[in-house]
Amino acid sequence: MAGEATKAIDTTTLWEGGRSPFSVSYGKMMMWFFLISDALTFGGLLVSLGFMKMKFADTWPKSEHIFFHFPFTHAHLPLAYVALMTFILIVSSVTMVLAVEAGHRMDRKNVILWLSLTVIGGLFFLGSQAWEWSSYIAGPDGDLTTWADNATLAQNPYPAADGVTAGAAHYTQFFFFVTGFHGTHVFSGVVLNFIILLNVIGGTYEKRGHYEMVEKVGLYWHFVDLVWVFVFTFYYLI
Amino acid sequence: MERDDIIEYSLDAHHDEEAGKKIRKKIVFVTILLTVVTALEVGLGIMASDYAGVKWEIVKWTFIVMTLVKAAYIVMVFMHLGDERKALRYVILAPYALFIIYLMFIAFSEANVLFSIRQALGL
Repeated sequence: MAGEATKAIDTTTLWEGGRSPFSVSYGKMMMWFFLISDALTFGGLLVSLGFMKMKFADTWPKSEHIFFHFPFTHAHLPLAYVALMTFILIVSSVTMVLAVEAGHRMDRKNVILWLSLTVIGGLFFLGSQAWEWSSYIAGPDGDLTTWADNATLAQNPYPAADGVTAGAAHYTQFFFFVTGFHGTHVFSGVVLNFIILLNVIGGTYEKRGHYEMVEKVGLYWHFVDLVWVFVFTFYYLI
Repeated sequence: MERDDIIEYSLDAHHDEEAGKKIRKKIVFVTILLTVVTALEVGLGIMASDYAGVKWEIVKWTFIVMTLVKAAYIVMVFMHLGDERKALRYVILAPYALFIIYLMFIAFSEANVLFSIRQALGL
């Protein structure tokens, strides 16, 4: 990316006032600052997950034993569905960055194309998460209607790694909180992307002369993908 | 929208088709990298649960390193932080890293102590 940020400007000019020393617009910097605060929230959530995993290291269930369901098949496919969800989110992140790139060329047609695909990818992810939640809540027997062994905030039906001992209660609590909080972010990201897409179609940014709003919601969308990379590792893999 | 009291940095982010081609090439490269690393992670996760011979500590640290590699590519390329000024990069990354590393240090050392207390008391 060319532009103001890559120009060699001496320190005095940069910091003596009258301009942004970071060579970014106010809105973009504030988006970054918001993302830092949001990252701290997720960081706190994931560190507390790690805390509970270490405290209950002996009774913490093993995710490979739990996440092996896949739609339309009864095959035993450990982690395959979560990997698919990760892939969907990565792809929608890629289409977003392509929309930003098209915006830098003032290429309205391509911005519309890539941004629409991003919205669709986000909806696909949300749908996958709904399926994931229902198969997780159903518990080891895979039946949602038998409430006695369903996974809830108050009850963890999944056994520890040995398959016999009762699993740590926090296992389900953290599942709902971590993936739920992330899912809420994905949902608001889809809504924001959709609003910006309507503006792009309406020609708002064509008139404004730049597509920086696409870049700003893009930052948020990539952040959501970034968080999922960490959730994937620290909840599902480790 | 012409204003003379602020500099429009957003206009400077524009580039031509030539530069766009280069950027798209980089995006494709990062896409492949992220996909491959994720596939490796899943493969390793399945292997580690099937074969007891693999040492869990090593697998765990491999996962962490792979995750950090993916995170770095997302932040630096997709979020363009690598193209921003160095000062902005540090303002964003340094305070966060400082806070989160310290939080991990206190939380995890506390958790290990609590684990050994649970073991000692048979809770």
